[in-house]
Amino acid sequence: MNAPMNSRSKVVEAIDVHKSFGPLEVLKGINLAVRKGEVVCLLGPSGSGKSTFLRCINHLERMTQGRILVDGQLIGYHERGGALDEMSGRELAVQRRDIGMVFQRFNLFAHQNVLTNISQAPILNRGQSKDAAVARAKELLKMVDLEGREQAYPNQLSGGQQQRVAIARALAMDPKLMLFDEPTSALDPELVGEVLGVMRKLAADGMTMIVVTHEMAFARDVADRVVFMDQGVVVEEGPARDVIDNPQHERTRAFLKRMH
Amino acid sequence: MSAQKIIPARHWGQRLVAVFLIAIVAFAIYMVATSRHISWSTIPQYIFDETILDGIRLTILFTVLSMVISIVAGAILATMRLASNPVLSSFASLYIWFFRGTPLLVQIIFWFNIQLFIPSIDLGFLQMDTNVVVTAFVAALLALSLNEAAYMAEIIRGGLLAIDDGQNEAAKALGYTPAQAMIRIIFPQALRVIIPPIGNQTISMLKTTSLVSVVAAQDLLTRAQNIYARNFLIIELLIVASLWYLLMTTIATALQYMIEQHFGRSSRQPVGSWRAALRVLRAEGTKG
Repeated sequence: MNAPMNSRSKVVEAIDVHKSFGPLEVLKGINLAVRKGEVVCLLGPSGSGKSTFLRCINHLERMTQGRILVDGQLIGYHERGGALDEMSGRELAVQRRDIGMVFQRFNLFAHQNVLTNISQAPILNRGQSKDAAVARAKELLKMVDLEGREQAYPNQLSGGQQQRVAIARALAMDPKLMLFDEPTSALDPELVGEVLGVMRKLAADGMTMIVVTHEMAFARDVADRVVFMDQGVVVEEGPARDVIDNPQHERTRAFLKRMH
Repeated sequence: MSAQKIIPARHWGQRLVAVFLIAIVAFAIYMVATSRHISWSTIPQYIFDETILDGIRLTILFTVLSMVISIVAGAILATMRLASNPVLSSFASLYIWFFRGTPLLVQIIFWFNIQLFIPSIDLGFLQMDTNVVVTAFVAALLALSLNEAAYMAEIIRGGLLAIDDGQNEAAKALGYTPAQAMIRIIFPQALRVIIPPIGNQTISMLKTTSLVSVVAAQDLLTRAQNIYARNFLIIELLIVASLWYLLMTTIATALQYMIEQHFGRSSRQPVGSWRAALRVLRAEGTKG
């Protein structure tokens, strides 16, 4: 009953998402739909709830109310007799295999080399043969411009290189959707460009992406749509250039002014 | 102008203490070596005595079994302590509080005397005298394992908590099940943190097993005591036992070093064996 016809082209549909940490309500009813191949940037001051919302999409964060559908499938819960029953860890794992995520602090597996970081999940969770997974990993490394670094360990790589490996690792699962949680915020300024470059390539290849970022130039150039959030609500959304160049809402204007 | 000679600081205080220490050690060696009350010739006689060798076997058996049991029990306790269910975590806390808070010696004597308040074991289909089940060996093993499990639980918990939560989140996001994330991602990294203290505990356990001699559990010290109870060569047999304990802990320390090198691999650059050897000689800690 929750998969109306028009949701078919929607990869993500978030309906009235609320989230509270104790008495603090950080999300106050977020609605968002993202179509296949669309790139959406979530903008807003820190503490506005954009990262929390992003983390609700693959159920790393448990929302307190609302529902999120990815590819028409309710994320994190079974609907039973009017109640939402949280899924088991194993069921969640199956859902998350279709949703790639890139973290602010890279989170590469510190005890594994680059090749294992990328190829382990497809072998374990997609049933790929080792040869196929390794071949695909090498292909992805080439895509992120890190050919030949298969044997390196994360601590031997720069932040920008680690983040590019993290993107390759997420892509190895062939996700329907990629979530980026401030992917360049932990990088030295001179390394930001190489990561954004890879993300531009992905967007051009038609990947569906939701990006939490403070990179206004990237949002303006690459995003189809930006969503401006503040204090747990969507203040304004629309085509990237319209919102960034000509914001309608006072809070958006104030924020953009500070960013420039 | 000729280059001036540079003379490093002389540290006169340290030199003075060094001379003093050498004097003390030399005097102690002289005292022991020339003592007419130690019959040196009997030591080689007992060092490979069959009774002593049997005792060593049992000491090693106690060490290995109690470490294996305590690691398994400690892992379960650590997981319980980290569980969200308050009953599970409280139970683990209570266990750790109790077994760390009472002396091991008391626990050994307690298990040995358990039949005083549980005279017989009745499982319905099986009835047995407690004394038949809980022998000195079983009492000693129980006490060592249950006590050590409390320490092990804290070591393992510390290791698991040392791993950044981002590792678990990344594993989740890639679709690892909770068990896969634990086995493939969290535990292998926690192992690097856990292994050094487990090594220390094992070395310590080799010597701690000597406590079970109070219930005559036939370990190395019990055997030495049995022999000197007959021939009164008390110091001589304690020297024999000490030599064996020293040998065992030395071997265990070397093993520990090798294992740590193996597991330290991925996070650090491999250390050349020459540099590693030098570091051991200088007794430096490894720098994280």
